[in-house]
Amino acid sequence: MTSLMLRVTEVAPLTPLVTRFRFEHPEGAALPLFSGGAHVVVEMPDEGTLRRNAYSLISDPLDGSGYGIAVRREDGGRGGSRYMHSHVAVGDMLRVTAPVNLFGLDLRARRHVLIAGGIGITPMLSQLRQLDRLQLPYELHYAARSRSEAAGLKLLPEAPQIHVHISEEGNRMDPGAILSGQPLGTHVYTCGPEGLIAAVEDAAGRLGWPGGALHSEAFLAPPPGKPFDVTLARSGVTITVGAHQSLLEALEAAGVKIPWSCRGGACGQCESAVLSCKGRIEHNDHWLSDDDRAAQAKIMPCVSRFQGEELILER
Amino acid sequence: MTIRFNDETFRDDYTFHNSPAAIRRFPFPFDQDSYMYSVNMEPHQGGPEGSPFEKRFDVDEHYVSEMRDREITLADDPLRCQSLPHMELAGWDLLELIMVSKAEDYPELFSLNRDGDQWHWINRPLGIEQRFTFLDPTTLPCGPMEYITRQAQGDFAVLDQREGNLWMDAGMVTSQADWSLDFDIGMNFFEWHAPVPKAHEMGVFQRALKFLMNIRQGAPSRRLNWTMTVNPRLDTSPENYHKWGPEKRTVTPENVGRKQHLRVELQTFWRLPRSNALAFPIRCYLISLQDLATVPKWGRRLHRVLRDLPDELADYKGFAVNRPVIVDYLSQFDDGAATSPGIFPDD
Repeated sequence: MTSLMLRVTEVAPLTPLVTRFRFEHPEGAALPLFSGGAHVVVEMPDEGTLRRNAYSLISDPLDGSGYGIAVRREDGGRGGSRYMHSHVAVGDMLRVTAPVNLFGLDLRARRHVLIAGGIGITPMLSQLRQLDRLQLPYELHYAARSRSEAAGLKLLPEAPQIHVHISEEGNRMDPGAILSGQPLGTHVYTCGPEGLIAAVEDAAGRLGWPGGALHSEAFLAPPPGKPFDVTLARSGVTITVGAHQSLLEALEAAGVKIPWSCRGGACGQCESAVLSCKGRIEHNDHWLSDDDRAAQAKIMPCVSRFQGEELILER
Repeated sequence: MTIRFNDETFRDDYTFHNSPAAIRRFPFPFDQDSYMYSVNMEPHQGGPEGSPFEKRFDVDEHYVSEMRDREITLADDPLRCQSLPHMELAGWDLLELIMVSKAEDYPELFSLNRDGDQWHWINRPLGIEQRFTFLDPTTLPCGPMEYITRQAQGDFAVLDQREGNLWMDAGMVTSQADWSLDFDIGMNFFEWHAPVPKAHEMGVFQRALKFLMNIRQGAPSRRLNWTMTVNPRLDTSPENYHKWGPEKRTVTPENVGRKQHLRVELQTFWRLPRSNALAFPIRCYLISLQDLATVPKWGRRLHRVLRDLPDELADYKGFAVNRPVIVDYLSQFDDGAATSPGIFPDD
């Protein structure tokens, strides 16, 4: 994995829960440019545990002077976002991977409709800068519960094609209303909670949109859960995955080499073969097919967990 | 390092030739005495000094003549270069990648000076000097992909990545092993590979696609592919099959060493930054059997590989008709001795 040690040059709270960070190269070198919707993985040395979280880049894709991310503190999460909020200060050095994009714009579209819920606004901040640069027609809809929680308000430019929906103010977002009347050739991009993505897909389905015009990215954070044991056939060891640890993190802590990229169940890199499964795999990924899930013969260790008696992986 | 560029042709009188140094550095594709498909990828991060793997975009003694041959092919058939409208940004990414790489790797041949978006490019072997505004296509004589690939050896496919697949949405293809950009344009990875025998059943393409979609910026990969070509012809396209197909029937036991060429593609794969597209340069190297056999290891090994190759592969690669003559010719270089692992010559 190509990565760079970068210096934190700004830490700016946007709301009580969301903080913006800026990274720059310590010698001022230009960072790799990227495409709208890309993310990086930030490594956090958290008291002996190496945490790696993926964050969408919110800065201008064509500005290599620094990378921006916005991190929402997830108090019920595994601890990465808490680390960013409580430990990371200006001047710190953190390892950041090269940008990867699993949520790119389809540049064939005649019009782009971006729909974000809550912290799901982050990948769209770089997308809209790319759309502006390419002078492509778009509109953006951003939904948040309340103004005080809406970090996007401090990150979005004011423009007629940018619409803010605050549900507390009775201005709830209506995906059907947004999608109806869009011209043929429009593509829609949704990022936010699963419920929002499902609502947009529903509305698009009812309006007869082609599946290829729908794009989405769910929140990438691996969910915590109950601890479980996993046996590694090749390494010949059994390890315990902690409640606030992903299976991938547990494998890494045990010294097992395993490829990874998004750490959010979308890229397919860490896919692992299951040799024995007595119990139930909790598939939380967006990578495996329904058949693969039902067969319980593959698992994505970055986000998926297990409950039961025995899980043996070919690792 | 200075390169003496050959004055040679890849059609009509076929004056193409490899110098002794070019023979020594030829990218021989077989690392063992037999061949089957595999996703034989490795990082494209340099290689032995002087080898075609050393630089990001290899420039060799054939550069100037290959670019002249491309010009002839394009003049006859402009559809060899196509870029769907959404691929222009990827074209700029590719232009940047090639200009930056060549200027850094071959400073005596190429220069690039950048002041913001004001770029100044000098290509000494081709006598080109161009000032232009990066990302402004009106400042170049043609689109960015066409502009730079008229100055870079090998074919180029530029693949859009979306919907969990790769799409052949742009390219410059004038030195291809019997495939057509005009036919493949807009196809996805499985569609354009549909004619390849055996590999689908082996799951090769599923694995290859997954690998390619995960190629990251700054971490390019490469592999070698190969086929056989009668006469040192770059443009072995379906469009011009009527010109080169009949030449397969001109091979005799007397001329096979001179006429029959091993054709090797050095394929590299690059993630492009602004577009997230995948650049897929396919660099073609040609060597006659008689030149190849001057390296004893290669003569022995090629004989064994071609003798034992499954019939479907010889058919697909288009040399089944001449296989007996080729294998018979190569047998004189195979004394049965063991060969060393790897692709490089022994001494």
